[in-house]
Amino acid sequence: MAAVRVEEVLAAAEEQEAEKRRSVTVEKELELEFDLGNLLALDRNPPAAAGLRGAAPGREAKLRALARDNTQLLVAQLWELPAERAGGAGGPLVARLPEPAFRLPREKPPPRPRPPTRWEQFARLKGIRRRKRTSLVWDEEAKEWRRRWGYRRAGGDPARAWLAEVPEGADPEEDQFARLRREKRERVARNELNRLRNLARAHRAGTAIPAAPLHPTGHQSREELSHVARVARVSTASLGRFQPRLPKEPSEPPSRNAGKKRRFEPLLGNLAAERSRQLELLRDMGSKKPVLDITRAVNKQLRQEEAEAAAAKGKKQSQRGKRGRRQ
Amino acid sequence: MRPLTEAETRALFEKLGRYIGENIQLLVDRPDGTYCFRLHRDRVYYLSEKLLKVATSIPRDNLVSLGTCFGKFTKSQKFRLSVMALDFLAPYAKYKVWVKPGSEQSFLYGNHVLKSGLGRITENTAQYQGVVVYSMADVPLGFGVAAKSTQECRKVDPMAIVVFHQADVGEYVRNEDTLT
Repeated sequence: MAAVRVEEVLAAAEEQEAEKRRSVTVEKELELEFDLGNLLALDRNPPAAAGLRGAAPGREAKLRALARDNTQLLVAQLWELPAERAGGAGGPLVARLPEPAFRLPREKPPPRPRPPTRWEQFARLKGIRRRKRTSLVWDEEAKEWRRRWGYRRAGGDPARAWLAEVPEGADPEEDQFARLRREKRERVARNELNRLRNLARAHRAGTAIPAAPLHPTGHQSREELSHVARVARVSTASLGRFQPRLPKEPSEPPSRNAGKKRRFEPLLGNLAAERSRQLELLRDMGSKKPVLDITRAVNKQLRQEEAEAAAAKGKKQSQRGKRGRRQ
Repeated sequence: MRPLTEAETRALFEKLGRYIGENIQLLVDRPDGTYCFRLHRDRVYYLSEKLLKVATSIPRDNLVSLGTCFGKFTKSQKFRLSVMALDFLAPYAKYKVWVKPGSEQSFLYGNHVLKSGLGRITENTAQYQGVVVYSMADVPLGFGVAAKSTQECRKVDPMAIVVFHQADVGEYVRNEDTLT
């Protein structure tokens, strides 16, 4: 009787041990593929198809066991990574993940190409190709290479054109300068209208609207660059609150309007608070004065020199007087 | 009309401090009432709280001036002190220059002060220090910037400029139209 019980106890203990070990080791026919950068484990083992069918009983339990086994293997792989203590001794044990190898699929569909504009359609029809123009043009009058347009262009500043010929067949009473100005205004308006129409067409077709690029292109203006810098600063997890400022960037407190409208203190707000703020500002300004006053030092030096010069002159005069008296 | 922002207050105090130093506290914190600075159409006005409360009832377009105008902010946000601040600068001035009676008129016409017209000057005036100009009878005439320090003033020749003119009470007559 006792022997049987001992055997039973031993068998139970052994089973418990095996259970423990089993919970940590997992047997698989094919090894899993791991991408620890993405915390990804790929199991290519064919599953027990019959047991996982929709109506099979115990399906939940089987799926859960499969998931548990694969997670166990993944965690075992994570424990293989070189680990270190973050934040010195006593901090949590941290493993450094390798670079992710698996290319994750796109979250959103790729952008569709925008529909061609009216000019692009026409150009394609007629076979017109884009001719690259030089940026500098030879100016005969100035005898040098000038820009095609812009500051100091070839052909002089159009705003200072002092002659406007009356074309044949035009009304002699008409103001030519006014006509030129009006036509320029109309051209600008027409171009703007067409640009907006193209934009609307692209928007309706559901394509990506060409926006200002956020990476440096080399053709960006100062305002664009400052806008891009502002966007980059805010694109952090804490929305730019802990980003160090560039050397000449002014520090701005986060404004609720964010560039829409300037906001000022109320006109008749707490005057005592305003006064105390101003006094504090005065105190700050006063404390920053330099200790060494250069002008005072210079003045002191000048005074010393003057005193020495006066003493030397006095001595010379007295000497001369003495010499004169010795006869 | 609005209160000044911090940058504007700083610019204003820096300018005033060049003439009256740390006595600005006496302007900000007065024992006889609460006085404040307000900005209206780029001009800085110094007025009491009582006056401010009354001025809020005037529409912005119709409001010409309130209290004392100390100066204005230029388009590039620099502060320019005007002669109307003289009443508040003169009692607290740290560095003073007295002008001889003969060249008082010249200064009041807008010219700089030459060495020949210089009566007295406070000791230890640094070069380019803001100074208030008085006549020999201790009447404040205007303010300016010392072109030479006190030491140099003694040595320089009589036709040299010692104080650059910045504002004088003659402007009340000359620039009658533009002063607010």
